[in-house]
Amino acid sequence: MASVKESLWDPVAGFGVTFRTMFRKVFTEEYPFEKKPTAPRFHGRHQLNRWPDGLEKCIGCELCAWACPADAIYVEGADNTEGGRFSPGERYGRVYQINYLRCILCGLCIEACPTRALTMTNEYELADRTRESLIYEKKDLLAPMLPGMQEPPHDMQLGATEKDYYLGLTGSVVPAEGGDAK
Amino acid sequence: MTIANNTVNPSAEVERTDLITVTIDDIEVKVPKNTLLIRAAEQIGIQIPRFCDHPLLDPVGACRQCLVEITDAGNGRGMPKPQASCTITVADGMVVRTQVSSPVANKAQHGNMEFLLINHPLDCPVCDKGGECPLQNQAMSNGYGESRFHEVKRTFPKPINISAEVLLDRERCVLCARCTRFSEQIAGDPFIALVERGALQQVGIYEKEPFESYFSGNTIQICPVGALTSAAYRFRSRPFDLVSVPSVAEHDSSGAAIRVDYRRGKVMRRLAGDDPEVNEEWISDKDRFAFNYATTGDRLTHPMIREDGELRPASWPEALTFAGQKLTAARGNAAVLTGGRLTLEDSYAYSKFARVVLGTNDIDFRSRPHSAEEVDFLAAAVAGTGLGTTFSDLEKAGSVLLVGFEPEEEAPAVFLRLRKGVRAHGTKVFSVAAYASRGVEKLDGVVVQASPGTEAALLADLGSAGEAGSAARAALGSDSIIIVGERLASVPGGYSTALRLALDTGAQLAWIPRRAGDRAALEAGCLPGLLPGGRLVTDPQARVDLQAAWGVDSLPSNVGKDLTEILAAAGSLDALVVAGVEIDDLPDPAAALAALEAAPFVVSFEVRKSQVTEYADVVFPVVPPAEKDGTFVNWEGRERSFPVVLKVAAAMPDVRALAALAQEMDRSLGFSTPAGAKKEYDELGRWDGDRAQEPTYQAGPSLGAFDSTRLATWRMLIDDSRANDGEPHLTATARTPVARISLTTARRVGVVDADELVVSTDAGSIRLPVVITPMPDNVVWLPTNSADSHVRRSLHADHGSIVTIAGGNA
Repeated sequence: MASVKESLWDPVAGFGVTFRTMFRKVFTEEYPFEKKPTAPRFHGRHQLNRWPDGLEKCIGCELCAWACPADAIYVEGADNTEGGRFSPGERYGRVYQINYLRCILCGLCIEACPTRALTMTNEYELADRTRESLIYEKKDLLAPMLPGMQEPPHDMQLGATEKDYYLGLTGSVVPAEGGDAK
Repeated sequence: MTIANNTVNPSAEVERTDLITVTIDDIEVKVPKNTLLIRAAEQIGIQIPRFCDHPLLDPVGACRQCLVEITDAGNGRGMPKPQASCTITVADGMVVRTQVSSPVANKAQHGNMEFLLINHPLDCPVCDKGGECPLQNQAMSNGYGESRFHEVKRTFPKPINISAEVLLDRERCVLCARCTRFSEQIAGDPFIALVERGALQQVGIYEKEPFESYFSGNTIQICPVGALTSAAYRFRSRPFDLVSVPSVAEHDSSGAAIRVDYRRGKVMRRLAGDDPEVNEEWISDKDRFAFNYATTGDRLTHPMIREDGELRPASWPEALTFAGQKLTAARGNAAVLTGGRLTLEDSYAYSKFARVVLGTNDIDFRSRPHSAEEVDFLAAAVAGTGLGTTFSDLEKAGSVLLVGFEPEEEAPAVFLRLRKGVRAHGTKVFSVAAYASRGVEKLDGVVVQASPGTEAALLADLGSAGEAGSAARAALGSDSIIIVGERLASVPGGYSTALRLALDTGAQLAWIPRRAGDRAALEAGCLPGLLPGGRLVTDPQARVDLQAAWGVDSLPSNVGKDLTEILAAAGSLDALVVAGVEIDDLPDPAAALAALEAAPFVVSFEVRKSQVTEYADVVFPVVPPAEKDGTFVNWEGRERSFPVVLKVAAAMPDVRALAALAQEMDRSLGFSTPAGAKKEYDELGRWDGDRAQEPTYQAGPSLGAFDSTRLATWRMLIDDSRANDGEPHLTATARTPVARISLTTARRVGVVDADELVVSTDAGSIRLPVVITPMPDNVVWLPTNSADSHVRRSLHADHGSIVTIAGGNA
């Protein structure tokens, strides 16, 4: 036979939690109506960065693909030619794909990148309906053009020498090959 | 294929008595005298870092990375400073400390590494060597992690072409001299050298003579840094995303071991494998770079059937049923041509298909000039003899006589091994040829000059063929090897005379064909008079043996037709099966095309579209070697098996297609995979009964001068062969085609060096710059299948044919 406490008090006792919580701060987020900023170093979608003149930083070395534990990255390198320069130096990434169905956003790829070409943005809305749309190509990953940038292919346009170029010492436009140091 | 009586091999395990003891890092090791310290350390598993040291090259001590401390040089005294272990030979009682146990050696190595890296650009992420680079690896294992050098590095423009396919990046070079030593010591093409001094020292080329070598790709592979890279592989992929499969090269009869690297279903590059018995660590550029031929866009992807004069795509079952019906009707009156590029398994399948399913002995693999004498020679001396003369025999031979064979052009691995013999063992090379080709010159060879067609007569009386001939004859003995090539098939009596000479002198005789599949086709019985395993068609016992093994009641007992006879009789045949035959390789391409036109029904098994496709009634697409497993039999008789590299769904090797076709014709081949074919072939075994008698054909015209001009010709390694398609960097290294005549002939025609010479027959003419060469008079030499010189297609002529020559302005 149930006691009086069990039959009368216990059924309503649980509502005490509900009642108390009604007057506390709300934790739920109103996503997608309200979008809150992520933590500054959140691992979101990747971005392929550019030099200030618009050339790509990616040299197609595939170290990101090597580092990837999920085999989500595919890169093919190619030769920068006289008339077709996409990055400073000899080599650029002709094909660059990240498969976001595979990517676990661990960030090992951006640690591996020797030129800081690959970084991660805070964009986290990576959902879609087809496989194809989730394999991001180079054009989807490249950073947007900022003022002063020019769409490659074009010659290196910063600094008097290659060294100046990499140090970001802006100055006169570099001649095509080498040039004098001073 | 040994005809020799001197095959007593010294036992490999001879008790060594000249071993001496050295102590390396407190471990005692016994090694033979004159062993290099670095090799002795390897034997006990101590890895001393090195760049210049290579076991197949002479020691040089250029990079100084292998420094070790020698605390006792064997005489009780130590050496005052660290020594390079790649140049010091061991001495009895020597005590050595490597970086493992000596801080001095360790610091010396670290210091040297720092020096090497001072001017190194450290562009590893861009460099093709990155990921498989000895400098990268050893900088991590035996160097300081950080650079203390902050000054400006020496730079050079990069990269520069040292040949069409080799790129040089001088900034990365550590001056180990591996490439220059390889070119000089192994290949004999010393066109690169270290030039300048000090910080500006660099690998340079002679401006006048480009780095034209058939072996230049090896320098890329042995470069311990990324200084030499390949134009074809530049920035194509990185080593860590390649899948490597050991395989066998399909471009010549050496069966060189290679490594195929692929990525995402596409072969990216090929490297030399390491097989000390065959090609050591070297391969020719053709083996290395010519692999794009199957992906140039003309690959056959589905069967086709000719309907109303047009080929239309068909399904496999439809095409098999159609071809099966036609071939069933043609049973007993059909013929098979199999080219020389097939694997042992494929050849065996064609051989059995011809006999069991088509009921004919009309099968011939020789899509090149051939003779009945050649068949008799092969049946008597080569077929079913197993492993005969080997690469090691070549290296140790006292003298080698080449007859109708250009080692550098036809079998580069043979050339390299001969050259090794010449350098290391003093092997004397003699060549019976029209002139001393560059390959023979690099072998320090002596040419016994022979006008085309007179080789046999010359061999029959070699001793009286001038000074060179008598020297060649005198050098022949039981430690000699006579090598005959496929060119001898166009010389009447050539093989018979060479065989007799071998028997007379006790020399070994080796037949070295040009194509990878020739020896296998021979062993598999793709010849009109020969069944698998060296069984003769004419030998009833051999036929009965084969009938029992194959489970058939009878086999055709008459000797079949050879290629020329098949083509001549094409109109009266009911069907012709053609597999991997290139029309321009045939003795008379125009007649061959006419024959294909005349043949009522042509079945073609091909990888790519070819001239045969245009005449075929049914086309079956088969796969190239990279997509199937199989076995090549190299000229030694050594079986060289290789696995599938690219796994393609429903790949159709010839074996599988033939098995399916046989099924349609209510017969069974008894196997449907290469592995099954190989198993049956192995169970069948070689014929141990009576062998064919050695041929006794008479030698052709004797040494007298002729009035008319004769053509001498042979194929170059890198020529207009379709195997080189899709690889422009490789074909750019082909030797410039020239015509060669003697000075007397030149005066008669009225041309001087570099003038144009027109060589013509009734069929057409070839116009090439002329090079005046010491050679017999009234003889003109042309490359057989090079640019502007397609002898068979343009002239319908061949080695020994009569041609007309005239000055280009005439």
